[in-house]
Amino acid sequence: MEGLLPKLPIAQWIDVFVDWLTVTFAVVFDGITIALEGIVEGMNSLLSFIPSYIFMIILALIAWKIANKGIALFTIIGLFLIDNIGYWSGMLQTLSLVVTAVIISILIGLPLGIWASQKNAVRQVITPMLDFMQTMPAFVYLIPAIFFFNIGVVPGVVASVIFAVPPTIRLTILGIKQVPADIIEATEAFGSTTGQRLFKVQLPLAMPTIMAGINQSIMLALSMVVIASMVGAPGLGADVYRAVTQIQIGKGFEAGLAIVVMAIILDRITQHIGVKKQKN
Amino acid sequence: MKERNIKISVKDVTKIFGKNAKKAVQLLKEGKDKNEILKKTGATIGVNQAQFDVYEGEIFVIMGLSGSGKSTLVRTLNRLINPTSGEVYIDGKEITKMPKDQLRETRRKKISMVFQKFALLPHRTILENTEYGLEVQGIDKVNRKEQAMASLKLVGLEGYENQLPNQLSGGMQQRVGLARALANDTDILLMDEAFSALDPLIRKDMQDELLDLQTSMSKTIVFITHDLDEALRIGDRIALMKDGSIVQIGTPEEILMNPSNQYVERFVEDVDLSKVLTANHVMKRAETVQVDKGPRVALQMMKKLGISSIYVVDKRKTLLGAITAADAKEAAETGKTLNEILDMNIQKVGGETLLTDLFDQVSTATIPVAVVDVTNRIQGILVRGAVIGALAGNNDAINDFEHNPTEFTSEKLSKEVQN
Repeated sequence: MEGLLPKLPIAQWIDVFVDWLTVTFAVVFDGITIALEGIVEGMNSLLSFIPSYIFMIILALIAWKIANKGIALFTIIGLFLIDNIGYWSGMLQTLSLVVTAVIISILIGLPLGIWASQKNAVRQVITPMLDFMQTMPAFVYLIPAIFFFNIGVVPGVVASVIFAVPPTIRLTILGIKQVPADIIEATEAFGSTTGQRLFKVQLPLAMPTIMAGINQSIMLALSMVVIASMVGAPGLGADVYRAVTQIQIGKGFEAGLAIVVMAIILDRITQHIGVKKQKN
Repeated sequence: MKERNIKISVKDVTKIFGKNAKKAVQLLKEGKDKNEILKKTGATIGVNQAQFDVYEGEIFVIMGLSGSGKSTLVRTLNRLINPTSGEVYIDGKEITKMPKDQLRETRRKKISMVFQKFALLPHRTILENTEYGLEVQGIDKVNRKEQAMASLKLVGLEGYENQLPNQLSGGMQQRVGLARALANDTDILLMDEAFSALDPLIRKDMQDELLDLQTSMSKTIVFITHDLDEALRIGDRIALMKDGSIVQIGTPEEILMNPSNQYVERFVEDVDLSKVLTANHVMKRAETVQVDKGPRVALQMMKKLGISSIYVVDKRKTLLGAITAADAKEAAETGKTLNEILDMNIQKVGGETLLTDLFDQVSTATIPVAVVDVTNRIQGILVRGAVIGALAGNNDAINDFEHNPTEFTSEKLSKEVQN
């Protein structure tokens, strides 16, 4: 077997390709780095500016409005706990990173999902790419990310986006595809343009499914925070990472607990955005 | 029948599903049947060389069992499905060759459609659903609300405009579907099994309502159904489909009385004749006596004909009443006129009354029930034996109405049913 075909130099190809990208698009990458850094830092300093108890109340009110009393209560208690054990600023940093990654995921994922839902050819190209993004171990694309975006929060955001964007795209496609054929037929029969069909019928009907996709993206972005901390992204992930490397079991648990609480709050609130809309 | 405008013209429309469409069309032209073509090419025949015209203002029913291609055929009329070959003309314009924007315009202004499963937008209120067709045309809010409310009123859904579709029953949801189609004020209405998902009583109500609306709106309606009773009830003309081909086109009466082949015959053999035949079909010649004749003349006529009662009319054959032989005899002896012994309390029905609606009257009447026209002129009488004979499928008991073909129209038919 070995003699039949020489080993394909995939590793060398990738190295050459990444080098070429780094040099050729240096300006672009620098621009992205500055922009993303600005966004994450800006959001972080804005959130830090708000006193913790006011932030708790605001978030609890949002939880109450979108979800219900129980989740609002959990939000207050959970955030109080995080503040109490001293992970408030870490949580804000993580929140800034996650929110930025999710917003970018939505900005990329939603249009891409819509496009793929309308054109079979696009879907056939995108689907294997999504499979690749979700199964390729995150560490692997973390390495080129450092080349492109240096060390810090930006490669963390980029890695989170790569990992978090597939569910938004997939569920946007699914949601639009799931709109019953007879409803699409009716919109056609009344002479809708493609845009009218999309914005008046397909997107509103797909919204609960799309929201479920965004919810999943948030969860995946959160699950990336520890990995992102390895390339220098600050926040709760960094606390966990430090605890792991120093074998501080208690500290690691505390930071991990803070991530879990954050995850539950974000999950419950975003889960209810889609559901509420359908009920009314 | 007077010359009528052709609204929709379908010429040689064929729809093939699957690959090898070209070869399948070729084989169809050679007269091969559906199964043979499926075997040879793997293609399924949706519609096979359909050809018909729909006249302005008529209800044209396309009927067939599921899989007969009727839903495919109706979708080629507004090109929700593109035919593989053949042409469809709407008002003389070939819709099958129209570019996209023109097609869209035709769908907005000329053809609207009602769907079997209603196909309402679940996230929009009843009013917003009804407005949809106007909204996509860019009509401003005030005008489209006005138009939508008017058509909701037409279908009897005033007051429900702020509800969501899933808060309404099936029948009401389909009314919304109908209102949405009416709001666009198109000449042509395509109704794809529009009432099939409704339960029988509501279905009948909806049929009546559609016919009622039709008398005031005179739209051109293409109605798809698998239910023969429904087809007979509302269709001005019916096209019967089998395996993608149209096997017979004709008025309900023509289809029932002269099935063109065994398939149609088998289809119609189970039909409830009492819901198709009218008083006109089964009435016998009425023996009458003019009111200014004396009782003796009346008595003489009854004796000669061997009957025990006779209807009395004026010179214009307007029905005045009836007299019995016994009364006439007494009158002859006492010197009374026919007018004095006239029994005005008589049973009469309109010519378009369905048999099913006159059983009760016929069975309880002491003298044969009179059939009258709108001006109360006597047309004939209903003899029990003839009514039963017609129901038994005895064609001799059924009158030929070829001299008066417009008589059998569904609008009138339904009116009578309602009364």
